[in-house]
Amino acid sequence: MTPTLTQARSRTETPRRRPKRMRRRGTLIAWAFLSPALLLFLFFKFIPMFEGLRMSFFEVRYVGDRWVGLDNYATIMTDDAFVSAIWHSIVLALGTTAGSLVLGLLFALLIEGPARYLWFIRTAAFLPVVTTMAAVAEVWRIMYHPADSGMINTILGWISLDPQPFLASEHSSLLSIMGMSIWRGTPYDMMIFLAGLVGVDRTLYEAAAVDGATTWHRLRHITLPALRPVFWILFTLAAIRGIRVFVEVYVLTNGGPNGSTEVLMTLIYKLGFQKGDLGTASAGGIVLFAVTLLLTVLTQVMRRRQNA
Amino acid sequence: MMRFDSALGLESRRGPLATTLKVLVYAFMVIIFTGPLVGLLVSAFSKTLDPTRFTLWPDDFTLENFVQAGNKNVYHYLFNSFVVVGFGLLLQMLVSVFAAYALARKKFRGMAFVMLIMLATMMLPEEIIAIPLSLVLADMPIIHADLIGTYAGMILPVGAWGFSILVMTEFMKEVPVELEEAARIDGAGELRIFFGIILPLCRPALGVIGVFGFTMIWDQYLLPLIVAPESSMWTLPIALRSLRSDEEVGIGVLLAASLLALLPSIIAFLAFQRQFMRGLTSGAIKG
Repeated sequence: MTPTLTQARSRTETPRRRPKRMRRRGTLIAWAFLSPALLLFLFFKFIPMFEGLRMSFFEVRYVGDRWVGLDNYATIMTDDAFVSAIWHSIVLALGTTAGSLVLGLLFALLIEGPARYLWFIRTAAFLPVVTTMAAVAEVWRIMYHPADSGMINTILGWISLDPQPFLASEHSSLLSIMGMSIWRGTPYDMMIFLAGLVGVDRTLYEAAAVDGATTWHRLRHITLPALRPVFWILFTLAAIRGIRVFVEVYVLTNGGPNGSTEVLMTLIYKLGFQKGDLGTASAGGIVLFAVTLLLTVLTQVMRRRQNA
Repeated sequence: MMRFDSALGLESRRGPLATTLKVLVYAFMVIIFTGPLVGLLVSAFSKTLDPTRFTLWPDDFTLENFVQAGNKNVYHYLFNSFVVVGFGLLLQMLVSVFAAYALARKKFRGMAFVMLIMLATMMLPEEIIAIPLSLVLADMPIIHADLIGTYAGMILPVGAWGFSILVMTEFMKEVPVELEEAARIDGAGELRIFFGIILPLCRPALGVIGVFGFTMIWDQYLLPLIVAPESSMWTLPIALRSLRSDEEVGIGVLLAASLLALLPSIIAFLAFQRQFMRGLTSGAIKG
C-alpha cells in the first residue's frame, strides 16, 4: 500500500514531469521539425539505395524488368574490366591515403607552433582542400602535359631529370592521378594532425627533456602514441573517400590510356549512362558499398586490436 | 630551461643555419600547395595559345580569355552554379536548423532511430546511388515529377546533409534551457522560440554549416552530371571538360573558366576561415 501512495504523491508533486498530452505535443512538434530532412533523405538517399539494390537483381528494360538473380554480380566478378577496376580503386585509395597521411604528419610536425607566420603558411597550404575538384584536375592535366615543355617536365628538366609521359602512359597514369590526390589530401590530414598535436600533454615533453630524451625519442614515445586515434580516423575517412574516387579520374584520364586508370566509379558511370546497362551498373554500386563497409569494419577491428 | 611549444621544438632553434633551413622548408610548402593555383591565376590573364603554356610569370597580360569565355557561355554556366548554390545552401541550412532543433531540444520517441538514419546517410557515399538516383529524379515516387534538366533536380538532393545537421545539433544543445523556459512562460509559441531565441544564439554555428555547405554544393560534380544532360543547364564545374580547346585562345578559355570555378570557394574559405577550421576539427574528431 505504501509504495503506491508515495508514487502517486511524487507524481503530483514534481512539476518536471509534464502531462501526457503535453509530451505528445512535444513529440509531434519534434517530428514536424524533422520532416523536411527526413523527406529529403527518403527521396534522395533511401529510395535510390533500395532501388539500386533491387535493380542489381534485374535486367533493367524499358518494358518490365527481368529477374536475373545474381547474374549481374557474376558478370562483375568474372569481367576482367571490373576486376581490374576494383584493383585500381584499391591501389589508388591506399596509395593516396598513405601518401597523404605520411606527408600530412611530416608537414604538421614542421609547422606546429603558435607563431603568427606559421598561421599564414597553414592557411596557404590548406587552399587545395577547399578548391573545386574539377577545376583543379584541369589545372593538373595541363601541368602534367607529356611534352618537354609541360610545366612539371620543365621543372624536372631543371634538376636534369628526363621528361615523363605522366597521364599519357599506362605505366605512369595511375601514379600521376595519385600524385594530384595526395597534393589535395595532404593539407587536410595536416590540419587534423595539427589539431591533434595541440592536445599532446606539454608536461610530458618537459619531463622527457629532464630525463635527457632526444627529439626522436620524444616523437616516438610521446607524440606519435598521442596521435594514434587521429591517425585511425584519418585513415578510415581517406580510404573510404579514395575507394569511391570519380571526378579526379573522370577529368584527368576518364579511365585511359588503355583502361590503365579505370576505377569502379568511372566504369559504373560508363555502364549506366553510356551503355544503359543499369542492372550491372547497380550491382557495381552495391559492390562498391560492400567494399566501403568492409574497409570501415576492417579498420575498426585493427584499431581495437592495437588499443588492446 | 627549454620551452616546448611543439613536438620538434623547432621554434627554439634560432641559429643562422636553422633559420635558413626553416625558411626553405616553409617556402617549399607554400610553393607546392599554392603554386598550381597561382599558376592558374597568372596564366588565365596571359596569352595562352600553346596548350602546354602554364606559367608562374606574368607576360602578355590580356583579358582576351575572359572575353572568349563569354562567347562559350561560361558566364551562363557560372550563373547556373550560383543559382544552385544559392538556393541549395538556403534550403540546406533551413533543413539543418529545423532538424537540429528537434534533435537537440526535444525528447521524443524514435530519436535514436533518427540519429541512426543521419549517420547512415553520412556513411552512404553519394557515388554509390548515382545510377538509381538518376532514375528516381526522372520519375519521382508518389508525385511523379521529372526533375532531370531542372534546377530543382540539382538543389533538392543536397537539401539535407547529415554533417550540417549534426554540427548544428551539437551546438544547439549548449543553449541554456532557462532561456527557452522563460520564453515559454511568457507564452511564446514554438516558432517564436525557435526564430527569436535559439537561432540568434547559434549564429557562430550557422557560419560553420554555411561555409561547409557552400564548398560542398559548389564542388558537386556527379549530381549535375546526371541531372543536366543539356548544356544549357550545366554548372561551371561540369562545363569545364567541354572548354578544353578553343581555336581563338587555345586553353585560355579553360583557364579563365577554371579560375572562375575556383575563386568562390577560395573566397568563402578565406572569409570564414575560423568557422571552417572549427567545423573541420569537430567533424573529423567525431567521425
